Amino acid sequence: MSDSEPAVRLLSPDGERLADGRYDIDVSDAALRDLYRDMVLVRRLDVEGTALQRQGELALWAPCLGQEAAQIGSARCLRPTDMAFPTYRDHGVAWARGVTPLQLLGLYRGVTNGGWDPTQLHCALYSIVIGSQALHAAGYALGASLQGSSDATVAYFGDGATDEGDVNEAFVLAAGFRLPLVLFCQNNQWAISTPREGWHGAPIHRRAEGFGFPGVLVDGNDVLAVMAVTQAALDRARSGDGPTLIEAFTYRMGAHTTSDDPSRYRSADEVDAWSRRDPIRRLSAYATRIGAADESFFAEVEAEADELAQVVRAGVRQLPVPPPESMFDHVYAEPHATIAEQRAFLTAYQDSFADEGVA
Amino acid sequence: MTTMTMAAALNAGLRRAMERDPSVVLLGEDIGRLGGVFRVTDGLQKDFGQARVIDTPLAESAIVGAAIGLAMRGLRPVVEIQFDGFVYPAFDQIVAQLAKLHQRSSGTVRLPIVIRLPFGGGIGAVEHHSESPEAYFVHTAGLRVITPADAATAYVTMQQAIASDDPVVFLEPKRRYWDKADVDSAVDVARAPSPWQSRVVRAGTDVTVACYGPMVRTCLEAAQSHESASCEVVDLQSLSPLDTDTLIASVRRTGRLVVVHEASGTAGLGAEVAARVGEACFFELEAPVLRVTGYDIPYPPAQLEEHHLPDLDRVLDAVDRVLAF
Repeated sequence: MSDSEPAVRLLSPDGERLADGRYDIDVSDAALRDLYRDMVLVRRLDVEGTALQRQGELALWAPCLGQEAAQIGSARCLRPTDMAFPTYRDHGVAWARGVTPLQLLGLYRGVTNGGWDPTQLHCALYSIVIGSQALHAAGYALGASLQGSSDATVAYFGDGATDEGDVNEAFVLAAGFRLPLVLFCQNNQWAISTPREGWHGAPIHRRAEGFGFPGVLVDGNDVLAVMAVTQAALDRARSGDGPTLIEAFTYRMGAHTTSDDPSRYRSADEVDAWSRRDPIRRLSAYATRIGAADESFFAEVEAEADELAQVVRAGVRQLPVPPPESMFDHVYAEPHATIAEQRAFLTAYQDSFADEGVA
Repeated sequence: MTTMTMAAALNAGLRRAMERDPSVVLLGEDIGRLGGVFRVTDGLQKDFGQARVIDTPLAESAIVGAAIGLAMRGLRPVVEIQFDGFVYPAFDQIVAQLAKLHQRSSGTVRLPIVIRLPFGGGIGAVEHHSESPEAYFVHTAGLRVITPADAATAYVTMQQAIASDDPVVFLEPKRRYWDKADVDSAVDVARAPSPWQSRVVRAGTDVTVACYGPMVRTCLEAAQSHESASCEVVDLQSLSPLDTDTLIASVRRTGRLVVVHEASGTAGLGAEVAARVGEACFFELEAPVLRVTGYDIPYPPAQLEEHHLPDLDRVLDAVDRVLAF
């Protein structure tokens, strides 16, 4: 975070309220408790995701551990009709948009390639090809702008994605059309094994200047600071002033995915140092300090998290495997002869085993 | 009936679709004030405004990616990729995103996007301006692929492609842009025959010649010039879904099939057609299915393209060989 303006920060790692000359936000005690609850529940969902993969119940899991403040803080600023375009790690974003835990786990269990209705939840499906969703977000924002709507759009992507052409092309579109778009980069330091220093000649947020719009660096583990900068960027988008790039400086506490072994490329000391900047502990310290929450509230949320974990564990094992013929559903919106023929073949092929007495 | 070029017919088709449906928007490089490098969008920005005919940055992935977002927002984007050889930067957005999102969303997200793609050679162009990438898109589930052979079908199929709720790769045979034909601009597109089928464009009894896009005219000329054989010419038109019913019925009559396309032969449309006809017409075929295609080489320099592209003589040669078998 050196060689540029300091990150926007409204909470110290110990939960002290800080003043930032540039940004501020008023959050009620009730809203603080909601944020805390969101972050704890998402973390529990995430921890369960990793555990379920280890138990063989999920094919893969991409942990968001440590990034809860960046995800919840930004997504909770959105209005219901605003649109979010998340990556596959943005479980906090999906949660905030109303995606249920089991909808979310379906992709990772391998019972769906999607999981929810983006048109209802105003949350696009996870995008696995890195950065590809940034262009969808730009197009969506262009559509909203052509329609004269005040809906704003947020494109989520990681530090690794800023190397991709699609993300840079999204910057070009955002600037050229002055799109009502927030480009929200979670710099979690590691693109699998590639460190953030890897390919960035300059801090990510400073790239925005070259494209012709503002970029801001925020402490991504400070939920209040994330909200303050996101709210300002959304206001700017809605008022027709164009896009903002937000670099939320955070840390991927877990592996890239459950297939990864981060001990091969980063030190335990580094992880340890970041664990002292934990976003949830920071918020709870602040809430306690100002009397917005007490031990009974924390215990209540903990109990809710236990309950969520149980629901997730039980539910994921019961996620129905769709019938084989469903593979042919929705390949096209309109009738397609080849698909119809192959569906009929599969059905007939399966029926040919019917009298073999498989009970 | 009005006599017009294919480029003018495409322009008229776009105009008609935009008049009928205010959600149709055009995106592409140089399509606005310039009217596109082939002038297919000529005058549309003047008449429909910059909010509906949108000049984009020089970024093909951005053009298709943005179209996906626009479609998610309820619009019907028609995008122009300037030349066949420039579509590859958008390959991920077309093949991994556009083709899959409808199914990934369990049918809740509709992607009625048309990707207009001038394709094929024969215009003496420099590298990357003469390619035939259709097999990549035909191979990709979730896309429809269509190519009109003349101005009259171009006018109708353009409107039908825009009306489709599926993503459509619309291949425009650029060397036929300037060919003229009678176009019935009063045709009721809603009642026109489905575009997703092939059509017999010349009846014959001895051999079937299957082709599409720019090769339809070439094959018609070959059929007309053959001194003895009666050649039936089938314009496949819809490459995905590939309608083989019409073709199979034709081959059952003639017993012989030649497939012609500009694209390289290996794993091209001709291979798929030959396989399907082989499965369906094993007992009716009097000879192996023959292919006349571009060679399996990078598209050659313009001064050599006449040796690469199937022409009248190569089609006739194949017709003679299939008859002599």
